[in-house]
Amino acid sequence: MRVRAFHQAKWDEEVIFELSTPGERGILVPPAEKAVSDAVGDGISAVPEALRRKTPPALPEISQMRVLKHYLRLSQENLGADLNVDIGQGTCTVKYSPKVNDVLAASSKVAELHPLQDESTVQGALEIFHGLDLFLREVSGLDRFSFQPASGSAAILAMVSIIQAWHESRGEGGTRDEIITTIFSHPSDAAAAAVKGYKVITIRQTEDGLPDLEALEKAVSGRTAGVLITNPEDTGIFNPKIDEITALVRRAGGLCGYDQANANGILGVTRAREAGFDMCFFNLHKTFGTPHGCGGPACGALGVTVRLADFLPVPIVDRTADGRYVLHYDLARTIGKVRSFHGVFPAVLKAYAWVMSLGEKGLREVANVAVLNNNYILSKVKKIRGASAPFAPGRHRIEQVRYSWEKLHADTGVTTEDVTLRMADFGFHLWSSHHPFIVPEPFTIEPTESYSKAEIDEYLAALEKIAEEAYTDPAKVKGAPYNSVVHRIDPGWFDDPAQWAITWRAYLKKHGHERIR
Amino acid sequence: MSDEKPFVHPYIPNSVPAVKARMLREIGVTSVDELYADIPERLRFRGRMNLPEPLAAEGALKRHVEAVLSKNRSAAECLCFLGGGCWPHYVPAVCDEINRRSEFLTAYAGEPYEDHGRFQALFEYESLMAELLDMDVVNVPTFDWCQAASTSVRMAGRITKRDEVLVAGTTGPDRLLTMKNYCRGVMTVTTVANDPETGRMDLDDLAAKFTDRTAAVYFENPSYLGFLETEGRRIADLAHGRGGLCVVGADPSSLGVLEPPSRYGADIVCGDIQPLGIHMNFGGGQAGFIATRDEERFVMEYPSRLFGIARTSVPGEYGFGDVAYDRTSFGVREKGKEFVGTAAALWGITAGVYLALMGPRGMADLGQVILQRSQYAMKRIAALPGVKAPRFRGPHFKEFVVDFSGSGKTVAAVNQALLERGIFAGRDLSVDFPGLAGCALYCVTEIHAAGDIDRLVLSLEEVLR
Repeated sequence: MRVRAFHQAKWDEEVIFELSTPGERGILVPPAEKAVSDAVGDGISAVPEALRRKTPPALPEISQMRVLKHYLRLSQENLGADLNVDIGQGTCTVKYSPKVNDVLAASSKVAELHPLQDESTVQGALEIFHGLDLFLREVSGLDRFSFQPASGSAAILAMVSIIQAWHESRGEGGTRDEIITTIFSHPSDAAAAAVKGYKVITIRQTEDGLPDLEALEKAVSGRTAGVLITNPEDTGIFNPKIDEITALVRRAGGLCGYDQANANGILGVTRAREAGFDMCFFNLHKTFGTPHGCGGPACGALGVTVRLADFLPVPIVDRTADGRYVLHYDLARTIGKVRSFHGVFPAVLKAYAWVMSLGEKGLREVANVAVLNNNYILSKVKKIRGASAPFAPGRHRIEQVRYSWEKLHADTGVTTEDVTLRMADFGFHLWSSHHPFIVPEPFTIEPTESYSKAEIDEYLAALEKIAEEAYTDPAKVKGAPYNSVVHRIDPGWFDDPAQWAITWRAYLKKHGHERIR
Repeated sequence: MSDEKPFVHPYIPNSVPAVKARMLREIGVTSVDELYADIPERLRFRGRMNLPEPLAAEGALKRHVEAVLSKNRSAAECLCFLGGGCWPHYVPAVCDEINRRSEFLTAYAGEPYEDHGRFQALFEYESLMAELLDMDVVNVPTFDWCQAASTSVRMAGRITKRDEVLVAGTTGPDRLLTMKNYCRGVMTVTTVANDPETGRMDLDDLAAKFTDRTAAVYFENPSYLGFLETEGRRIADLAHGRGGLCVVGADPSSLGVLEPPSRYGADIVCGDIQPLGIHMNFGGGQAGFIATRDEERFVMEYPSRLFGIARTSVPGEYGFGDVAYDRTSFGVREKGKEFVGTAAALWGITAGVYLALMGPRGMADLGQVILQRSQYAMKRIAALPGVKAPRFRGPHFKEFVVDFSGSGKTVAAVNQALLERGIFAGRDLSVDFPGLAGCALYCVTEIHAAGDIDRLVLSLEEVLR
């Protein structure tokens, strides 16, 4: 398989402040009409002197085409999924986001809706919310969805909030102060629990890569408020005892939250309900094909069983007997709000359209092909010199695998980071995976259903080539990237308060007025 | 899958049976089902998901979704005077051009090499906001103002090691609900009374409630109800005098003409960037900013990504990367600061484009015309019989409360009648503010020409007659 002779665009583009020419304008604002200024004057005189801005903000002054050009150049220095074979960002489920869905979301019937409009004027929008709610009930087996959380982490926070409110409503708020999670669950499962004051108990894995059930059994007690767990975890190994875990926690009086941020490999195959969960969430920007947007806007669609429906954030969308859609605010035990208004409507719309395009059969096919692609890659990566797939030898994986360059590193000194940077030379992205690095020199590949066999083979060929290079010419790998936008970044400033520069003005203060050197 | 007719979908290249068969052979299995061997039968879902028949042909899908959306009546078809946390502003074409680029729209968490553009664009966003706010540190955006305010008060709690926050009684209702939920179990949120005539914070009540448990006072300027808090300096001084911090929520569209809160004592400033070149999107266009001084005790409490500039191995080349990454939950899970993850980065890039287009003159012009047009609207509405506008005495920005209680009509009746005339009238405040029964919150921006305001006033005249 050919490895591409790639070179990314390199514009050596200025930081935007360097493009400023005093007097240039990028866009004009319409001035007040004569009738207006005749009636009220300059407007500013009504503001007390102390509140008037004394010195204008030191924003750059740039004509329109130059601003456009600047950002187009920066866009060319970015490798979105539409240009990439974006399978190296395992756990992130970077799949195709259909263009038609973007076209639909750009309609003024979406973009120009105010969230507080009268219900009668947003029936189409509410119908989409309700429709996706019904779809996700089918996918999860749960009873009711909220689209207010604007990410997976926000959905976890909402689950923790519901756990908290549930126990408070039963007079156990003070005594149930622990939340259990596992080390291969997303870091936010632990972090969001701590935000609400919970003590976090993290269960490590056993040799088979699955959470230590014995340790979990010991951790469960009358102090357990709930469990937050991913399955499959970052390893891609399905936990066949997931229902034993939920049973344990439920018997102890805790609630069970399923982190299904990424459910891509199990659509229609296994569901939160059968696994005994009270809650789950799906990241619409992962499994349901809405674009990642460099990291949002997004949606973590939160589902609950009927006994927790009253705890959801408000409002939720209901359909009345006569077919009207209404916003419902009076939930008896609502946690209130986790975000303003109704959540990220464009994401909800795009996910709705994605499901409508695929249907039952298509969703199953998505899962099947994602799993097929993943196991195909597993069979190939295992043969790459220096690479391995820790845990569960001989077993199949679901949608992703956390691999290791441990041997490559021991043999050649080349690290995951080095491989990552070298991959950029071939037009690919490979990431180093979430912390903690239990798997030494980790990398995680998740192919989804979106990439063809030929594309996957090309990606594998690049990995293979780099592994070969590591053994024959490690300095070459360690000097990468060569064909990317920039060269090795010196991280020296990032952790030093005297030198870090989070804004251009801070850079100028700390490092002088000249271009970086 | 083997017993069913092949379903080759444009989004799934390897749904082609021959390709599938080759890949299965390569793996050494005969069916995809074997790959699910780890899922025990009791956990397998053997039913059928009850989903509509797929519209796999793109044309059919588009037609269906457009038919549903056609039931909406948008602000582009009507006159919209709604604000309250999401505002109708003009969106420059270049903003849409950039945020619809595949390279940005479909990227995610790449490295600062092949995703250099995302890092630079967001570093520039931070930098442009920093100029507007006159502060040296701004985060990569969080979800919205609700989250930005919630995190700001939690940061204040950690910095001061105190567990209570005092918030203005006129704080936006969504913000208050979010903050309360976010703080529940860790910090208490107490509201401070406001002056019934001006709406401003009651400084006596603030002084009475500010204890050695109080981490910070939080208020918004302009307030949710549109009036300006003119005593920001005194509020900040009081907080500082008692060992607390001052957190201010601000509307960036006001900062070309209004003094940034950092100049009257704010330690943490937060707000929403939706006014900066982002469509309302039914509330989906929100994104939150948090700004502080460049002091370690502040920077180390951010949960968000903070992109910084750096040198590379090539002289003269700019590189970018994460500043103080180890404070985040990515690195240290529950030991990190709150949590971090996907939020609203694309809107950050967009707001950067907006500020680069507007420049200092544009932001000043914007602020001025909003002041003028909203003052014009207040003046004209105030002339209507039985109507009071603004309800609160003192200067306002962009939004103001109209009191219909003397008109003999309810807000609901007025709004229904205006809707029939193609006008989205101001938000009825009676639910969120029981003391403001009969009142509505109106929003006037640069998109409202004098003629639009005249049309509103004439319609109100008819409706109230």
